[in-house]
Amino acid sequence: MDKFTRLTAKACPLMRQNIDTDQILPARFLKWPRDKGLGSVLFTDIRTDAGGNDLADFPLNRPAWRNARVLIAGRNFGGGSSREAAVYAVYDYGFRCVIAPSFGDIFAQNSVKNGLLTAALPEAEVTELAAAIEADPAREVTVDLQQQTITCGNRSYTFTIDPVSRNQLLNGWDDVDLTGSYRAQVEAFRARDRQARPWAALDR
Amino acid sequence: MRHTPQTLFDKLWSSHQIAQREDGAALLFVDRHFVHEGSFHGFSQVKSRGRKVAEPALTFGIADHYVPTHDRDKPIANPEIAEMVRKLERNTADNNVALFGLRDPRQGIVHVVGPEQGLTLPGLLIVCGDSHTSTHGAFGTYAFGIGASEVAHVLMTQTLWQKKPKRMRINVEGDAGIGIAAKDIALAIIARIHADGAQGHAIEYAGSAIRALSMEGRLTLCNMSIEGGGRCGMVAPDETTFAYIEGRPYAPMGEAFARAIEDWSKLPTDAGAEFDREVTLDAASIAPIVTWGTTPDDALPIDARAPDPSRETDETRAAYIRGALDYMGLKPGMKLTDVVIDRVFIGSCTNARIEDLRAAAAVLSGRTSKVPGLVSPGSSLVKQQAEQEGLDRIFKDAGLEWVESGCSMCVGINGDLVPEGERCASTTNRNFRGRQGRGARTHLMSPAMVAAAAVTGHLADVRPLLAGREV
Repeated sequence: MDKFTRLTAKACPLMRQNIDTDQILPARFLKWPRDKGLGSVLFTDIRTDAGGNDLADFPLNRPAWRNARVLIAGRNFGGGSSREAAVYAVYDYGFRCVIAPSFGDIFAQNSVKNGLLTAALPEAEVTELAAAIEADPAREVTVDLQQQTITCGNRSYTFTIDPVSRNQLLNGWDDVDLTGSYRAQVEAFRARDRQARPWAALDR
Repeated sequence: MRHTPQTLFDKLWSSHQIAQREDGAALLFVDRHFVHEGSFHGFSQVKSRGRKVAEPALTFGIADHYVPTHDRDKPIANPEIAEMVRKLERNTADNNVALFGLRDPRQGIVHVVGPEQGLTLPGLLIVCGDSHTSTHGAFGTYAFGIGASEVAHVLMTQTLWQKKPKRMRINVEGDAGIGIAAKDIALAIIARIHADGAQGHAIEYAGSAIRALSMEGRLTLCNMSIEGGGRCGMVAPDETTFAYIEGRPYAPMGEAFARAIEDWSKLPTDAGAEFDREVTLDAASIAPIVTWGTTPDDALPIDARAPDPSRETDETRAAYIRGALDYMGLKPGMKLTDVVIDRVFIGSCTNARIEDLRAAAAVLSGRTSKVPGLVSPGSSLVKQQAEQEGLDRIFKDAGLEWVESGCSMCVGINGDLVPEGERCASTTNRNFRGRQGRGARTHLMSPAMVAAAAVTGHLADVRPLLAGREV
């Protein structure tokens, strides 16, 4: 997976609460294979009208934010389904970081596995950051994962992310390879576990 | 030697921990992994690495998300949907994984089938690429939904890296009134803690009202944990749990079962164990609940009115309410019982078990639905049992369609959709925008409340309709 260290880019504010996984990627697109790319259908039902035309007032459709790589959203972004394709859609569109007061747990976990940073800031700071960008849409933000800071103009914010996710994003670890190095521990666990929980085994 | 008192969750966590990294992440052993049609992303990752499923005997395939609920005896008409079901058949066959496929008599929704088959047991760690995997927590099981990358990791290693969540206990004390279901308790909890209230936490449901619930009720409650933000929710195992498990096809038998009960009886939270957060609700104060908006915490008692954004002091909240009312086609401050519906859906991993169908049938018996609707049992075995009890006749006589088992209209990807602009009273778990179809309007409630809405044609209190009936 791709590492995340530092990024300077335009940021698009999408200041709604509870942008759930069904709004990020409606279920009818879950059939699409990964290599098809899901960026074109990100937020599709809230970004376009029933005829498929872009809604002019939807932030992603505003010319100033067309090439934004940071998304700023309201509380509980990505709540709901475990569909990792919601992360694929955000990533394939071009976003590398989402800033919000809180995130759905599974969405945040899926993000880490795909090199997408979910940076949590207190609600008041998210609101302030979004307002600064609304006032000057061309303004860029710098997200630094090592320092855990978001800088916009002369303001700097410290965001929270759990150390496990931070480590994985900074290192771009491959979980499967990493787990392979724990083979001996897994074998020891299983030998112990067979005695401790005989009823858990299933032998066909 | 004195031990620090432990919670149920602590015990489940430590009994699955293989190793721990310096940053706090733990490698956990996975006892059961359920896969469905949507797991194809995970299988693709396995294949692209030239790997195979590490533990086929601990992996079970179940066709539920895309399966048609009509004309099961014919080939699937939509080629894209047919391909999704075929992919699951190929991926499981290629990896020697057992499949409860489209025409298997045990087919059904994964979170109904797991418990029904005795695959879900106390003390296990269960994962599935579906957020409602929290359902299995009803048995005192650590069960949670995972994304495709984690699915691939479990397929290849039968393990998973996790960071330990905080512990949250939700106590529901006292006696719930007549006509109050587990769904009402779940919605009352979510309204109280909010849709993101349990983020980062493992929930334990406790208290006398929880102990009084049947396994079906506990499954409904744990199912909705994710709608309160919790990736998992659980109930300590007890006699109700053991009685449900005994004799199920994959459950331990004889001496093994006796040993299991001995071990499972040690799982409940020790007296004095600490939680990071506790919330307490009074069961007697819970009324039948419906949702009015577009997140599950937009939940109010049926005798309430829709919120009025002009009375909100917080502008962000007011803007949210305006948007939700607009999407739902509701007027600010209108009585919820004045909300006229277009159709009903009884089904899903939340509320399609035999007790759910009985509760809806008790209201519908001898009555007619004013709107069309679907009834999709949680599994093919639930369907069979309901037919033996004559429940299918009650639904059909009321004018509702009695169809095959699957996720169906909860997520609509098998083609069972709510048309744009239509309003559906639904026993499902998510009232998100577009969840049941683009522009569809969903009101969540219990099976009995959906039946009440069907009979009256609008959102309605089920309690007067239960007068003189056996429930």
